[in-house]
Amino acid sequence: MSRLITAIEIDGAGGHPGAWRGPEVDPGAILTGSLALRAVQRAEAAGIDIATFVDTLEAPVDEVSVRLDALGLAARIAPATSRIGLLPTITVTHTEPFHVQAQVATLDWVSSGRGGWVADVSTSTEAAAVIGRRDPAPAADLWREARYVVDVSRRLWDSWDDDAIIRDAPTGRFIDRDRLHYVNYESPTFTIKGPSIVPRPPQGHPLTAVRVNTPEALEAAGDAELVLLPGTENLAERVQAIRAAGQEPAGGGLRLLVSVAVLLDEDAATAHGRAEGGSFDYVGGVEGLAGLVREWQAAGVDGVHFRPASLELDVPVIAEKLLPLLGVTAADRPGTTLRNRLGLARPASRYAEEGAR
Amino acid sequence: MTKQIHLAAHFPGVNNTTVWADPESRSQIDFASFEHLAATAERGTFDFFFLAEGLRLREVKGRIHDLDVVGRPESLTVLSALAAVTTHLGLAATVNSTFNEPYELAKRIATLDHLSGGRAAWNVVTSWDAFTGENFRRGGYLDKADRYVRAQESLRIVRKLWDSWADDDLVLDQEAGVFAREGTGAFADEGAHFGIRGRFGLPPSPQGRPVVIQAGDSDQGRDFAASGADVIFSRHGSFAAGQTFYKDVKDRLAKYGRTEESLKIMPAVTVVVADTDAEAVEKARHIREQQVSGPTAIVLAELIWGRDLSAYDPDGPLPTEDPVIGSNVTQGRAGFNDPASIIKEWREAADANGWSLRQTVINQQNRQTFIGSPETVATEMNRHVQENAADGFVLVPHLTPGGLDDFVDRVIPLLRERAVFRSEYAGTTLRSHLGLLQ
Repeated sequence: MSRLITAIEIDGAGGHPGAWRGPEVDPGAILTGSLALRAVQRAEAAGIDIATFVDTLEAPVDEVSVRLDALGLAARIAPATSRIGLLPTITVTHTEPFHVQAQVATLDWVSSGRGGWVADVSTSTEAAAVIGRRDPAPAADLWREARYVVDVSRRLWDSWDDDAIIRDAPTGRFIDRDRLHYVNYESPTFTIKGPSIVPRPPQGHPLTAVRVNTPEALEAAGDAELVLLPGTENLAERVQAIRAAGQEPAGGGLRLLVSVAVLLDEDAATAHGRAEGGSFDYVGGVEGLAGLVREWQAAGVDGVHFRPASLELDVPVIAEKLLPLLGVTAADRPGTTLRNRLGLARPASRYAEEGAR
Repeated sequence: MTKQIHLAAHFPGVNNTTVWADPESRSQIDFASFEHLAATAERGTFDFFFLAEGLRLREVKGRIHDLDVVGRPESLTVLSALAAVTTHLGLAATVNSTFNEPYELAKRIATLDHLSGGRAAWNVVTSWDAFTGENFRRGGYLDKADRYVRAQESLRIVRKLWDSWADDDLVLDQEAGVFAREGTGAFADEGAHFGIRGRFGLPPSPQGRPVVIQAGDSDQGRDFAASGADVIFSRHGSFAAGQTFYKDVKDRLAKYGRTEESLKIMPAVTVVVADTDAEAVEKARHIREQQVSGPTAIVLAELIWGRDLSAYDPDGPLPTEDPVIGSNVTQGRAGFNDPASIIKEWREAADANGWSLRQTVINQQNRQTFIGSPETVATEMNRHVQENAADGFVLVPHLTPGGLDDFVDRVIPLLRERAVFRSEYAGTTLRSHLGLLQ
C-alpha cells in the first residue's frame, strides 16, 4: 500500500460549533490568525502534508460568526511554515477568475511551491446578495462554470513559460515576449485575454482541490488533482466512481482523501460529552481511528483529511498520537514543493510545449 | 511646531525607474525580495510598505512591453505573508475599485488588518479602459467619467462594512456562549453602482479600520482624496509643485469638515545618496543611464509622440515629426496631457546642449528628487516637510530589493538626530504611526 497522505482542516477554533468555548481556547486568537497558525505548525511538525482552510463568500452563520479570508490566512501562515501544503477555499461564482488565479499563483510564490486551493461555488442567496451582480443559480450550473475557472486558471499559470524572464542586457529586454502567451479564453460566462500578471508559479500548477460534498461537485472532481470526499459510507463505490471520472490531469494522478470530522479522546465519557451539539464521523480514542483509517485505505483512498472538532484539543492528539500509529512521520516526505510531497509531477506549460516560440 | 516626517517604502515597479540590469538587482517575484525590502523599511522605522498592482501587462504597439520589469504578485496575498515577518510596519495594498466588488475588498483588506494587528492600508485606484477590462468578466464597462463615482461609492460602502460592528459587538463570553451580538455586522446599500445586503463577518481591527490612500491628481481625484482619504500618494515631489499641490488639497479639507492633520500628503520620490554631493550627482547620472537604454529611450519618446519611432537612432537627433494626439501606441499606462509642449522643451534642451534623443530623455525625464550626501538629503527632505511641500515621502528605490539600504543606513540616523523622524515605533498600528485617529 502506498504512503498515506494526511491533511487537516482549519476552521475557526475547530469543526465543533462550540469549540471556541473551551477553557484552552483564546477566542480572540481566531481573529489574529494565531490559533490557526499554531494548529498548522503542530500539523507540519508531525508530518501532515496539507492544511485546508474553510471559507465562504458570505459571513458564517455559526456561533463563531466571524471568519478571516482563507487566502489571506494561508498567506500569513506560509512564511511561518516550510513543508506543509496550504490550500485555502476560494469561491469562484461571484469572483473574478483572473484575480483568483493570480491569488493562488501568489500563494505558491510566497510559500515557495506549497500553494493550492480548494475550489468552491457559492449557491446561497446570501452570497449573491453581498455582491449583488448575479442571481443565485443551481449548483449544477455553478460547478460547470467552476470547471471553466479551473481550466482558465491553469492556462493563465501556463501563460508565462518558465524561462520567460531573460534579463538580456545587450538587447535591453527583461523578458522574451514570445515566451508569454495570450490565453484568449472564452467560456459561456466570461472571457479572458491574458497573459497572467504573475510569472509562472514554482509548482507550475498550484494544486487544485475539490470537495465532493454534493452530486453536482462530483463532475468537477475529474478536473482536480486532490479530491476531498466527505463521509465514509459506501466509500469503496464512491472512490471507484471518482477514479472512473478522473481525467488524469497534467502532472499525472488524482489524489483522493476521505474527509472525516473527528473528535479524539481516550476517555469515552469525555469524548461523548464534548461531541454534544456537533456532528462527527468518528468520536473516540486514537486506536479505533487508526483501525478505520486502514479500512479506508483498503477501500481505495490515498489518504485522510481530518476535520478536528477542536484545533487546540484534537490537533495535538492527531499529531502526536494518531500519526505515529499510522506510521506517518515528519521525516519521510521527499521534496520541498507540495507536488513533490504528493508524488505529482510538475506540469510543463502547454504553450511552451506547443512550440510557440 | 516641528513636523514629524512620514516615510513609506515602495516596492520597485514595472517601469523604467527600476533598473534590472544592475548586478545588484534580484528577483521581482521571489518572496525573499519582498521580505528584504520590508525588513529594511522596518529597521528604518518607516510608516508603511507600499505595493502597486497590475491587472494587465503593458503593451507597446500591440505587443507586450519587454524592456522593463514585467510580472508581479497579487498585492494582498504578498502583504498577508509579510505580516508574518514584520511586527510594526504598515502594509499598503493597491487594489482597483473598478474590477473588484466592495464586499470582497472589505473582507480581504480587513483580514490583512486583523492578521497584522492593525497595520493595513488600501490604496484606492480606478481604471476604466477596455484594455484592462479584457481580463475581467465585465469587460471595459465603465465610462472614464464614472470611474470616480464608482470609486467613491465603493469606498463609502467598504467603510460602511468596516464600521458595521459596534465596539462592544464582539463579546467573546465563553461561559455564556456568546461570541458576538446577534445580527451584528448587518448591512444594506443601494447606489448608482451597487445594490448589496448581508452581514459582514469581521469586527474592527486594533486600528479601528484600515488606512485609505488615494493617488488621484485630477480636480475630481483631489476632491475624492480630500473627502475620504487618510493619505495622498502624490506625484508632486519637487519643492514648488509640492507646495502648490499641498496647499490646494489641504484647502479642500475644510469643506468636508476635516482638519489638516487628518490627511497626510506623501509624494513619490527617488533618492540618490553618496559620500559627497558631487559623487551623488555622478551616481545619479549613472543610474539615469541604466534606466534609459537606447530601446527604452525610443519607447519613452513614442509615449510622448504617440507614433512609431522605431526607425530612429536613439543616439541621433530628436524626431522631427509632430505628435499624434490620442493614439494608442502604448496601452496600460498613463499618457501625457500636453505632448506638444513637452516636445518643444525637449527640442530646446537638445539644441542648447547638443544632446541625442537618449541623452535628452535621460536629462529631461524623471530626474531623481533628492541627490546628495546624507547630510544634504536629510536637510532637503526636512525642508520639504517643514515648509509644507509634503508631510512625508513614498521612497521609490531603483533596485530590488536593496535599493533603500543606503538610505536607511545613512539618512535615517540624521533625520532621527534632528528629531524629525521617530527612533522607534511609539505604537503598533499604522494609524498610530501616521498620527491619525484610531
